[in-house]
Amino acid sequence: MLKILKYSFYDLLRSKWTLIYFLFFLLITQGLLYITGDEAKTIVGLLNVVVILCPLIATVFGTVNFYNSREFTELLLAQPLKRRDIFIGQYLGMTLSLSIGYFLGVLIPFVIHSITYTVDYSVLSILLFVGVFLTFIFSALSFLISLITDNKIKGFGLSILTWLLLALVYDGMQLFLLSMLDNYPLEKISLVMTFLNPIDLSRVMLMLKLDMSALLGYTGAVFNKFFGSSFGYAISLSALLIWTVIPVYFINRISMKKDF
Amino acid sequence: MIQFQNIYKSFGKLEVLKGVSAGVDGGGITAILGPNGSGKTTLIKMLLGMVYPDKGEIMFNGKPIKKEWQYKNDISYLPQIARFPENLTVTELINLIKDIRGGTPNEQRLIDLFDLDSHLGKKIKHLSGGTKQKVNIVLAMMYDNPVIVLDEPSTGLDPIALVRLKDLVLEERAKGKNILITTHIMSLVEDLSDEILFLLEGKVYFRGTIPELKDFAGEDNLEKSIAHLLEHKHAENIKV
Amino acid sequence: MIRLVYILLIVLSFPVLADTHIVCSDCHIGKVSNAVDMSERGDTIIIKSGVYTESLIEIDKPLTIIGENFPKIKAKNGEKIFHIIGDSVTITGLEFMEVTRSFTEDRAAINIQGGDYISIINNRFTNTFFGIYIAKSIGTKVIDNRLISNNRIEMNSANAIHAWSSKKLTVENNYVEGHRDGLYFEFCDNSIIKNNHSYRNLRYGLHFMFSDNNKYKNNIFEENGAGVAVMYSHHIEMYKNQFLNNWGQSSYGLLLKEIKDSKIHYNLFKGNTKGIYGESAIRINIFHNDFVQNGWAMQMMGSSEQDTISHNNFIQNTFNVSTNQNAKNYNIYEKNYWSDYNGYDLDKDGIGDVPHRPVKFFSQVLGYTPEAIILLRSFFIELLNFIENIVPVLTPENLKDLQPMVKQIDNDTVSKHI
Repeated sequence: MLKILKYSFYDLLRSKWTLIYFLFFLLITQGLLYITGDEAKTIVGLLNVVVILCPLIATVFGTVNFYNSREFTELLLAQPLKRRDIFIGQYLGMTLSLSIGYFLGVLIPFVIHSITYTVDYSVLSILLFVGVFLTFIFSALSFLISLITDNKIKGFGLSILTWLLLALVYDGMQLFLLSMLDNYPLEKISLVMTFLNPIDLSRVMLMLKLDMSALLGYTGAVFNKFFGSSFGYAISLSALLIWTVIPVYFINRISMKKDF
Repeated sequence: MIQFQNIYKSFGKLEVLKGVSAGVDGGGITAILGPNGSGKTTLIKMLLGMVYPDKGEIMFNGKPIKKEWQYKNDISYLPQIARFPENLTVTELINLIKDIRGGTPNEQRLIDLFDLDSHLGKKIKHLSGGTKQKVNIVLAMMYDNPVIVLDEPSTGLDPIALVRLKDLVLEERAKGKNILITTHIMSLVEDLSDEILFLLEGKVYFRGTIPELKDFAGEDNLEKSIAHLLEHKHAENIKV
Repeated sequence: MIRLVYILLIVLSFPVLADTHIVCSDCHIGKVSNAVDMSERGDTIIIKSGVYTESLIEIDKPLTIIGENFPKIKAKNGEKIFHIIGDSVTITGLEFMEVTRSFTEDRAAINIQGGDYISIINNRFTNTFFGIYIAKSIGTKVIDNRLISNNRIEMNSANAIHAWSSKKLTVENNYVEGHRDGLYFEFCDNSIIKNNHSYRNLRYGLHFMFSDNNKYKNNIFEENGAGVAVMYSHHIEMYKNQFLNNWGQSSYGLLLKEIKDSKIHYNLFKGNTKGIYGESAIRINIFHNDFVQNGWAMQMMGSSEQDTISHNNFIQNTFNVSTNQNAKNYNIYEKNYWSDYNGYDLDKDGIGDVPHRPVKFFSQVLGYTPEAIILLRSFFIELLNFIENIVPVLTPENLKDLQPMVKQIDNDTVSKHI
């Protein structure tokens, strides 16, 4: 598996995609730091960029890359290799190269910033961490969708739809549901709904660090109490991990049965 | 060496293979022929474990290949479409296969044979279709394996390269290897094949040498014989 | 007769003529109460360091009571200690202890009932129920005292400095911690409250009702249960105070209720769940304040009218301004700095060319559905905020700053020093 990973990784590391991903985050982070001159504001600005665009780019890229490397996959399939190694290796190679692009793109401007200013790495590390997780999750989802859907356009459409659903529609539905059911205690429902969407979960994990004051009012205190505790944090991390492992599990399962 | 035992396969509603049984053994070149969509590539892919049969079993060296992968160490495979990771150079691609398969391949001889030296440092995406196919051939043939499977090997090749390919295949046959080949170029079949496996309607419609085929069809030319088989099938269908 | 009064005045004002009584455990006056009983008008009582357990001591004449090295005055049976009904009493340098809670009377270490011009200066109060209780007093000064309790339950606790129906009070430089309300004022007019630090009190840091024409400035109200409440009053001036980290479900930096014609200038509101919450706050000038990192910088209900909010800095608050549903806006917002302003200033006059709407769609949604807070900063919500900004549906159309400042205003609140 390591061999496949290595080759996919190098291939993508040198492809324009990883470079674009890297430069994109580098420019945005550097730009925000330059305009605001303040790392806290920069992280607030980056929050939605990371939480929305990491999944989108991972989705688009995951799909495009899967279909583009179909022949390479076939070449590998004819080699004396286990199928699992081929697919998981390719997935890891792709998602790792993207993650590194993202990670360095965001980190480098902060490191430069830290030469002259003090940087609070506790929020930054959550931001970096969450972005990497989202890249892993959405690469896996798009990889899985592409694996199931032989038609390139259909696969692409489905992947984007998945992203749209989780990034936008889901929150709309949640808001609708909460406002419809406002006679019931809704904290648990919204807590559960948050865990069922990795984008929401990532956002909430960051929000807790950025909007403490607001969260301590109203029902916010309930969420704050839950996510703020080390138990809540462990649960959140496990949820993100599960969100990564499940699509990867299905990638493995479906690739075992699929004809090429 | 290779046994297809009563293979069935359908893709959705389309039944491609309906009980194919055939064996290849003892060396020599077998050409798998048939109209488009007759399941030639499917059969080859099944041998390589890329497509799974709905029913039936494939044996390699007397063992079923289901869920196995080590046996592929004994097969050199040239896929139909030569597309590789675009950002790797030719050398890196060769090294990738060497890395995966291990052992001691002899790629240099093939690189010389197909004049690829000047292309080694180029990225795959900058290569022409013909050059890509040459790289494809190098990758497939650089190992000394008892079984060789060539799916449309002539695609995009210039005449010189085609001649060299033919020589190469004949050389391998001389070593007593089992070679499976699919192609649309009849001259290639005529020049190379010891035996023809003709697939039609999801079954083995004919199996034998070229003279036997000509006999069977009642024609003195291979191309015409094939055409005859197809027409014959057509006539049969009307009868039914 | 006039001459007699004249002579009496001279006699009274001449300290040499007044006696000084020393109290210590092995002196012949061993109790504070004895010394008070023996004293004449204008006498001075000096209490040497030691521990004195005292029952109720009533003071009905001008006296000066001075503690050396903070002698400890313990309440016998936990009852109140000083009960002052005379005028011009000065109490300084004492430490009061062990006044226990009572549900039937307002027990205080120092209880002023009607005495005027009392000075309570530089004393310590440790776990007293009420610390200083002032009723019907004029011109009383409470300065440099430390009142610390460790109460946990609001119902079992009382106020550190409690003033009722009094005038011209000065409450200055006191530190109050762990009481129900840090400072409590009801029916108190023309008073000054300054330089006090009210920290971690269970209910309000400052509780202020039916008290007009008062000033409070340079106070720090920090981490109190419900922040500061100013209610049912008019002509209040609040200058240069700091409202810090008042967190909680119904916690405010500053709660304004039924308050009129007042000024809130140069204050710092930082890290509060709600910076200012205004209900029927009329004709209030809110100028030159800094609102930093609050959940809601200002929540102004529709009943608040004719207020002017100008030259304030709104920096990194989750929400800057919110109001109740379908409220109309009768307040003026102008020339404030909003850190989330994204307009431009083409003519470079320091004022943004595009008006800023500080009320977000989402903060209005939270009025209906507080649980939706979990969607804060969601892309979907940001999208709705954006649309609402263009086509206002839930937010008052005319609530906008027509002249938003492009650069942060130098308001000289303490924020830049911390």
